Amino acid sequence: MVEKFDRFRDVMKEVNKSGAAIYRNPVGTEDLVILSPYRINYIHSYAQDSKFFTALAEGKLMGSVCKKCKYRYGTPRSHCMECGSETEWFELPLEGRVHSWTTCYFGGEEFLKETPFNLVLVEFKGVNTLFLARLIGAAMDDIFTGMKVRAEFKKKPKYLVSDVYFVPAK
Amino acid sequence: MKNQRKVYAISGGVTKFAKAHPEMDFRLMVKKAFDYAMKDVPNLEVKDIDSSRIAYFSDHFTRQLKAASMVQDFIGLNPKDSRRIEWGGATGGQCIQAGWEAIASGRSDICVVAGFETMSRVETWKGNEFIALASDTNFDYPVGGFYTGYYALMVQRHIYEYLRKSKFAHIKDEKEAQRLAINDAMRIMSMVSVKNHINALHNPYAQYPMRLSVDDVLKSEMIAYPLNRHNICTMSDGAAVMILASEDVVSRYTKKPVLIKGVGCGTDTMRLSDRPHGEVPLFDWEKKSDYGGLDYPGVHSFRAGRTAALEAYKHAGIKNPNKELSFIELHDAYASSEIQTYEDLGLCKYGGGYDFVEQGHPFLGDIDYGLELPRKGTMPVNPSGGLIACGHPVGATGIMQGVFALWQLQGRIKEHFGDDALQIKNAKRGLIHSHAGTGSSVSVSIFEAV
Repeated sequence: MVEKFDRFRDVMKEVNKSGAAIYRNPVGTEDLVILSPYRINYIHSYAQDSKFFTALAEGKLMGSVCKKCKYRYGTPRSHCMECGSETEWFELPLEGRVHSWTTCYFGGEEFLKETPFNLVLVEFKGVNTLFLARLIGAAMDDIFTGMKVRAEFKKKPKYLVSDVYFVPAK
Repeated sequence: MKNQRKVYAISGGVTKFAKAHPEMDFRLMVKKAFDYAMKDVPNLEVKDIDSSRIAYFSDHFTRQLKAASMVQDFIGLNPKDSRRIEWGGATGGQCIQAGWEAIASGRSDICVVAGFETMSRVETWKGNEFIALASDTNFDYPVGGFYTGYYALMVQRHIYEYLRKSKFAHIKDEKEAQRLAINDAMRIMSMVSVKNHINALHNPYAQYPMRLSVDDVLKSEMIAYPLNRHNICTMSDGAAVMILASEDVVSRYTKKPVLIKGVGCGTDTMRLSDRPHGEVPLFDWEKKSDYGGLDYPGVHSFRAGRTAALEAYKHAGIKNPNKELSFIELHDAYASSEIQTYEDLGLCKYGGGYDFVEQGHPFLGDIDYGLELPRKGTMPVNPSGGLIACGHPVGATGIMQGVFALWQLQGRIKEHFGDDALQIKNAKRGLIHSHAGTGSSVSVSIFEAV
């Protein structure tokens, strides 16, 4: 028999344990609740952004620059959002400054175990747009807008944007 | 915009937003809101309805594709014209505009606009992950995948541009100046949270009515610095429905229609990193010199919101929103974005949002908030309690704002809320604002009593 509970919290616990439970709803109904799992592996191509991710494994941070209007992207775009022309790759400097920042104490399930973590938008000299990354090796009280930061790369690449992270620079 | 037929809102219905409604699936929630709306216009029969526009944000939450078709089916609107509308967090607001287009174009005379979301079906952290999938999954999601984190990044820059560089410009030590500015902003954001939670005490549809103080908000759990728990909306289950009618048929159904006087939309880059630095699109009452040296929108302001407001004001013929609007229901997913939105909508200049709150402008004149507010209640914002206190079942949210605006302009808040504390006296015109992503899509609609 499916067990019945008065608190929805308890229903959720039971559903996670045995797969089903009944909620004695204060509105007067008895609601049958079941576990409905959902997993997918996508075969994901980075397509036109591929070079950015392969370059991370070589310790390089790639931006892109518009061939026509020369707008410089700190996060690459294959085509310019200003004029629509194709861009070409260029190597970004590994040092920049914090344009904005936060420390996250909560998050999505995938990153919950990594909290608290710092997010920074990094600005590079002479580059029009920014780059989003983690800032490692700095406590919340140490971080400020304008602070100098330097890119570092994970030793074993996972081919994710998180293969690069920033640390405080001297 | 020209040569369209006039479009009116004639009735609406909202389910009480809640953490979970295990006794109703999404179809039954919409049905209840639909029946409530139909009951309010007894001369309208289902056979008179020409079309529907049905909104929900996330197929991940429903885990049922074509859920809009199932709503159409369940509420008995087959075989009429229908389509699903999705526009991230602005799904509801955009759905109202899709209904407006169906009628303005002459295609429909009566259109049902319905929205819902069922977010309780996963744990909060999984829900946060689903929502974060509405950020660039190559470049943004893998770094931290958390919308509150993105909004914290945006408000941090807003604080830097507008408090650090003005009110705290005299402090020499850079780090100290930034901390003082952040603390000041946190205090002011908390006033917005206090306002919205206290307003909601008079709204029976709200999920989180609470009498809070600034201290209570500041002491609530830190989620992403500087955003505390009480400065952030929650996930909800809920549905909302509005019925729209053309100028040709409206008089058959109601004596108190509300005109949809203006519509506007704006967009911006998906990634925060790409936000261009250019010039501010100005309202007539602003000058280029007001914003000398400001890189706009950067990550501190919402160009999509400003663009939507410019279009909607032009369409509605509004020259001075503070004088011509009686109230605003705006997308306060965060107390920070409520302040940023005042500026996008031109209620004050860019940078004036914090002072706008401290002066008391967006509060309700007759409600006691336990705060000193010298110019209280000149431009009530989120009288319903907004997303922060009502909840945010995404596809329903913008339509809920529309329904509350309709009831305000009909002068019937007491009838629907059982309490008239939130009724704006002699409300003539109201604005609703629906906002998605990190400000990547925004809609603004202006309603007018007739």
